[in-house]
Parts: sequence; structure tokens; C-alpha cells
Amino acid sequence: MTRLSLEAGQLALRLHARIPTFSVAAPTSGTHASRNRRASLSLFAMLTIVTFADPGSAHDFKIGDIKIGHPWTRAPPGGAKVAGGYITIENTGAKPDRLIGGTLEASGKVELHEMSVTDGIMRMRELPAGVVVPAGGRVEMKPGGYHIMFFDLQRPLKQGEKVAGTLVFEGAGTVKVEFQVNAMGSPGAPDGHPH
Amino acid sequence: MNTLKFIRYGAWAVIAVIVFVAAALTLGWWQVDGPGRAQTSGGIEIKGLPQIGGPFTLVDHRGKTVTEKDFLGKPTLVFFGFTHCPEVCPTTLFEITTRFQKLGADADRLQVLFITADPERDTPEQMALYLQSFDPRIIGLSGTREQVDAAILAYKAFAKKSPTEDGGYTMDHTASVFLMDRNGRFSGLIDYHEQEAPALAKMRRLLAP
Repeated sequence: MTRLSLEAGQLALRLHARIPTFSVAAPTSGTHASRNRRASLSLFAMLTIVTFADPGSAHDFKIGDIKIGHPWTRAPPGGAKVAGGYITIENTGAKPDRLIGGTLEASGKVELHEMSVTDGIMRMRELPAGVVVPAGGRVEMKPGGYHIMFFDLQRPLKQGEKVAGTLVFEGAGTVKVEFQVNAMGSPGAPDGHPH
Repeated sequence: MNTLKFIRYGAWAVIAVIVFVAAALTLGWWQVDGPGRAQTSGGIEIKGLPQIGGPFTLVDHRGKTVTEKDFLGKPTLVFFGFTHCPEVCPTTLFEITTRFQKLGADADRLQVLFITADPERDTPEQMALYLQSFDPRIIGLSGTREQVDAAILAYKAFAKKSPTEDGGYTMDHTASVFLMDRNGRFSGLIDYHEQEAPALAKMRRLLAP
């Protein structure tokens, strides 16, 4: 359903703009002219796709050249006010993009962080410049590294539920997503998708 | 006349330099190779494991004041963390919980202390709420900043506030689990990245008589 509505959105875009080569996933078709046309369209495209991006049963999301796979988090322990969010980001475009923020319905504040355990010490750092996704590249935000940090949880996240949120990209704009809540101590992406 | 004076001063200067260099060489030889050398040449000798662990006074998650003496007699796992911790702390406590299930009745002979590194936010009540999600045998310890710092120091652990953009903070902290024997002596560590099998084996070994 999501895909269909997305494609409908792109079709509408193509008809409207009368540019048959326009495609949200065309990393190699980057002539100057088409890039410029695409750029001029980006605002319109962003608005259209956000409108059409209805996260349905498929747990993948897309905006412009950015594909987001399996957003998930873990059920936090009792009384916990924080949780980590994990996603994969694929940039099918010809330009690098940057994840710069997001929201979560149950969270008062969202930041992007990097976690590391070196010499037995866990360190966590905010990433004020966000997370760069290179052109044609893929970034995994997973336990033990980059993650989305949900602060000030206003309610407990229950295992099995899906919590609405958004992700904000510098280039591609804002996309609505849903974070699936996995079991506490869950090692990876949901439902046996080892991404 | 002047020329002779210069030669005389020059000669004395050369002698002064020679004497200084000779003295420096002699002193250096004396301290490094001569009779004045340190007697423990060839490295530092360490007997046994490092001194980790020691006295502390903290408040458990039921509000009772406890010291290290209350936990002697049983092998103990000690872990420093905080409840505003998105990953390492829930994961470690969750892993200990599942290992306790694997150990069965043997787990009753082990103790687990989860010491907060963030006592300002982790009151005994908050620790109690948090620990409801894990094995009920895990004991949460909090206290004043000074009490907690003393415990961190005793375990030669590391904990430091790391400020976030909006004036809040998160904690950098030692992520390893300290293994203490029944006499309160340090016996080893379980690293955060330790595989499941060796981690469980270390807990079993701690239980061995």
C-alpha cells in the first residue's frame, strides 16, 4: 500500500513536471540539466511524498533518494526515560545526504548519538552534525554505534507496538516512520531481518 | 695583554665545560648502571591480581544502608551503570538475568550489585522501579555523590558526566562486570563484548569451591 501510494505520487509528479527521466532513485543519471530540474522540484517532491508516505505493513520507508529500513527500538526497563532507535539508511541518489534529527511520539527530545565501548569504557557522544549518508551509500545505525537517542520518554514502550515518529534529512526532508518495539535485550533488527 | 686575558678566560671556560660534562656523565652512570641504580631493574613485579574492590557504604534499592561487609560470603558480580542508559546497562542486566536462568539453582549462590554512577537521578526508588524488569536477585545500590564516588574509586572504575546540548547529561562509564570472589577479592572481568559461552563459564568458575 505504501509503495503503491508512493508510486502514484511519483507518477503524479512526473506528469505534472513533464520530465520523463525524473526518478527518485537515479544515481547515474546525473547530467547537470536533470540535476537542476530535480533540485527545482525537490520542495514539491518532498511535500508530495511526505503526504503520500503512509507507513503501512511493510516496515520500510522512503523519501526522495533515501530509503529507510526497519526502524526499531527496544522495550526499555521499568522507569527508564531513554531508549535507542536503530535504522538502516540507503541513499540511492547522486548526492550525499545527512540525517539531522527526528521525533518520536512518546519522546520529549530526540538526538543523534554515537556510542562506543573502548578499553572497557562506554562513551556516548552527540553527533551535532548529524549522520552523513554518502551518495549511493548505506549507513547502519545499530546497537554499539550510531543510534537515535530518545530522551524524556513520556510512557513505557511496550514490546510489539509500533511508535510513530519522523526522521529529518537535510536534503530529502522529513519522512514519517514507525519504530517497532522489540524485546529488551534484542540483538538486532525486527522479525529476523538481519540488516 | 688583552689577548692573554682572553686566552686565560677562554681556557677556564673550556675547563668548566669539561668538568660539567664529566660530572653529568658520572652522575648518569651512577644512577643507571653504577652503584646508585634501582634494585628492581627488569620491570615491575606484581604479585597476584590488582587491588580492585574495597570498602563502600551505599543505599540499596529497598532503602537500606549497606557496606561491602554485607556481601561477603558469596561470590559477587559488580556492575556500574545508570538508568538513563539506552544500551549497555539494560543489555548487561538483561544478559545477567538470562544467565541466572541458565545457572538455575546455582544462581542463588551468586550476588549481583548494580551500582549507579548517577545517584542524582537514580534514587533508591528509581533503582527499584528499574530493577523490576530484571532478575529479582539483582541488588541496586545508590547513595550520595560522595558515597558513589568512593565505590567507583574502590573498584578503579571510571564514570564521568558528559553534557548534552540542552544542558542535560549522559554518563560515560566502565561497562565491564567485575567478578569478586566470596572473600571480596577481585577475580576477573566480563567484558561488554564478551561472548556468551565464556561469560557464563566465568560465572560458573566464580561459583566453584
